[in-house]
Amino acid sequence: MRIQSKEDLEKLRNKGLKNLFPMKIKISVGMATCGLSTGAGKVYEAINKEVEKGKLPIIVNQTGCIGFCQKEPLVDIFEQRKPRIFYQGVTPERASELIYQWLDHKIVRDLLFFKMESEDWVVEGKKWDYNIECLPNGIDGTPYYHQVPFYNKQLKIALRNCGYINPDHIEEYIARGGYFSLFKALFEMKPEEIIEEIKQSGLRGRGGAGFPTGNKWESCRKSKGSKKFVLCNADEGDPGAYMDRSILEGDPHSVIEGMIIGAYAIGAQEGFIYVRDEYPLAIQKLKIAIQQAQEYGLLGENILGSGFSFNINLFRGGGAFVCGESTALMASIEGKAGEPRAKHIHTTESGLMDKPSNLNNVETWNNVPVILSRGSDWYSKIGTERSKGTKVFSVVGKVNNTGLVEVPMGITLREIVYDIGGGIPGGKKFKAVQTGGPSGGCIPESLLDLPVDFDRLTEVGSMMGSGGMIVMDESTCMVDVAKYFMNFLKDESCGKCTTCREGTKRMHEILTEISEGRGKPEHIQLLEELGWVTAEASLCALGGTAPNPVLSTIRYFRQEYEEHILNKRCPAKVCRPLLRYRILPEVCTMCGRCAKVCPEKAISGKTKTKKERGIPFKIDEQKCIKCGMCFDTCKFEAIEVD
Amino acid sequence: MTPSEIDTIIQRYEGKQSQILAILQDIQAKEKYLPREILQEVSQKTNIPLSHIFRLATFYNALSIKPRGRHKIDVCLGTACHVRGGDRIMNRLERYLGITKGETTKDKKFTLESVRCVGCCSLGPVVVIDGNVFGRLTQDKVIGLLKEFK
Repeated sequence: MRIQSKEDLEKLRNKGLKNLFPMKIKISVGMATCGLSTGAGKVYEAINKEVEKGKLPIIVNQTGCIGFCQKEPLVDIFEQRKPRIFYQGVTPERASELIYQWLDHKIVRDLLFFKMESEDWVVEGKKWDYNIECLPNGIDGTPYYHQVPFYNKQLKIALRNCGYINPDHIEEYIARGGYFSLFKALFEMKPEEIIEEIKQSGLRGRGGAGFPTGNKWESCRKSKGSKKFVLCNADEGDPGAYMDRSILEGDPHSVIEGMIIGAYAIGAQEGFIYVRDEYPLAIQKLKIAIQQAQEYGLLGENILGSGFSFNINLFRGGGAFVCGESTALMASIEGKAGEPRAKHIHTTESGLMDKPSNLNNVETWNNVPVILSRGSDWYSKIGTERSKGTKVFSVVGKVNNTGLVEVPMGITLREIVYDIGGGIPGGKKFKAVQTGGPSGGCIPESLLDLPVDFDRLTEVGSMMGSGGMIVMDESTCMVDVAKYFMNFLKDESCGKCTTCREGTKRMHEILTEISEGRGKPEHIQLLEELGWVTAEASLCALGGTAPNPVLSTIRYFRQEYEEHILNKRCPAKVCRPLLRYRILPEVCTMCGRCAKVCPEKAISGKTKTKKERGIPFKIDEQKCIKCGMCFDTCKFEAIEVD
Repeated sequence: MTPSEIDTIIQRYEGKQSQILAILQDIQAKEKYLPREILQEVSQKTNIPLSHIFRLATFYNALSIKPRGRHKIDVCLGTACHVRGGDRIMNRLERYLGITKGETTKDKKFTLESVRCVGCCSLGPVVVIDGNVFGRLTQDKVIGLLKEFK
């Protein structure tokens, strides 16, 4: 069926509403990659089996990720006139309990996570109320969604549909206001008006650099040429960031709709989505979504009867970090090796196949339909003066609540780490938060009250990047982190510019020297010098920002470098060649666990039993490879590391 | 892979030179790596110089020109996994399998490689075996996992 009119779209919306809020009980399992890796697939199967076995009047459904990855697998139950409830950490064994308790108007208390009374429909600025009339027994005292600290400060625009819709069903996307913005764009707005609206909204590129989106569109529209391209950068190479994956897996149509609107505004006829090969599920969901959009006449010739034609191709990346750079990405699509070129001429004038091309990131495209629907006035009220809207961060690393967090720009790092992230596990001390991936830097505790936006992060020597936020505690070594990123960058440098190719390699060598106890006092200055040259003399942003991890750690954690160099000590106890493991005989309970796990048989002693007294265990330093297995295994803190 | 299978893959992309990466990926999905003979054939059939195909095959991390074992282990070395001990998992696997990163065991059972983030950062450290993601691993747990693969 091809959608011809707004009435057709409304019809589909009604169909989608019946899917979203059926008259039967609906159980949804969050089945994005993070859910699947904790066993959501098996949970889904178990629930299905149970429903089939009992011939129960229940719909079993799949959905994307609602953001709190740590609590996966997440399962939610919807029934008319009842609150929607979310279960966490569900296992296949408990599937039947979950179902039958609900049928009995009860809940499984120990798995219950939160309840919901309504859901926000951000595209149209509405709330969908569940009209609760009856409460299952025992649900009192369970927090509402907005009362959960992890969700409390979040404002979901980009992640609006993730976890609420089945990404394989376009009707459900339409039901929550999807593709209505496209209608508005094609029939009620001129291309110039759309561009003006995006400019007014203050939307800046979510891929990292934060270039104003409207301006980019405008210069591409003004470029000469009858053939133009719009591209979507889904080559989320920044390690530690996965919001694009989540959006593509949970809400692929939002990106497609954004791209169609962008193409219409710019005057492009063809689009490409460049997606990472490491995201097989995202590729699968995108394929389905593109096909559905084509069937409904949302992509292809004469879209919705407007006379405008546009299509989207999917391109799988080859696992090269540098292909996230615009010109490298375009070279890759042309079938070349993904190497960047000089940008004397912008890609908006001459990009893919030398045609004007507009590249935006997944999250940027995804924001577009909301801006058109709610208006730039509404959008630009969110955020800070120069960074508007929200940003999705992946809060991961040494933090209690890990997951995807969408917050208004301008929120402080402290709020993200402590209020949303719940602080540092195990009572350890916060050390730094790393933002911006390999192009970013480590921000120390003294700057925790920094409002997060594009410009402030750059000021302190880091950057927004694509939104990875890796929390580090006292057991993370800053020299090791710098070394880690240099290792990453030296492997991922395409090799075109000598400064980047050699600079990252030399910096990695020096950092290795330092971490292995051969550091010299002059090394710090040498690193700073190398960093400066690499940044200044490299062509693309990969080289231009490559020294950030080194320079920012030297800037804020110089003492830690000096400790490694002068005293040959790693205060965080990470750099293995500098460590010494020792068992404290007075604490050792002679349980023998450490000796059992030691892969090198370097620990000797005698296990204490009822009959024998035992001998405290000891590590043979000659044999010890410092793998840390004994340390991780000992439950009595009898092993000391220097 | 038979010549007709190679044809099918090339036809899937209409023999377009710009689609060479996709062609190589599809071949690799089947063969687990890119054997030289097949690349030679692809080169002849698509009119793309073999040198260019090799350039791509060695440029992109996802492609390999070295034979791989029956099961592919990818240890995630993204930042989140790194700070939670991803490299320790890698070291442990290297010792256990008796190979270093990038190598294949003698019995052709396992190939050990690393991957730059699979986007499961909340569950770090993470290992991907034959496309299945396993999270919240320890040095001990990861060895237990391997026993399930024959």
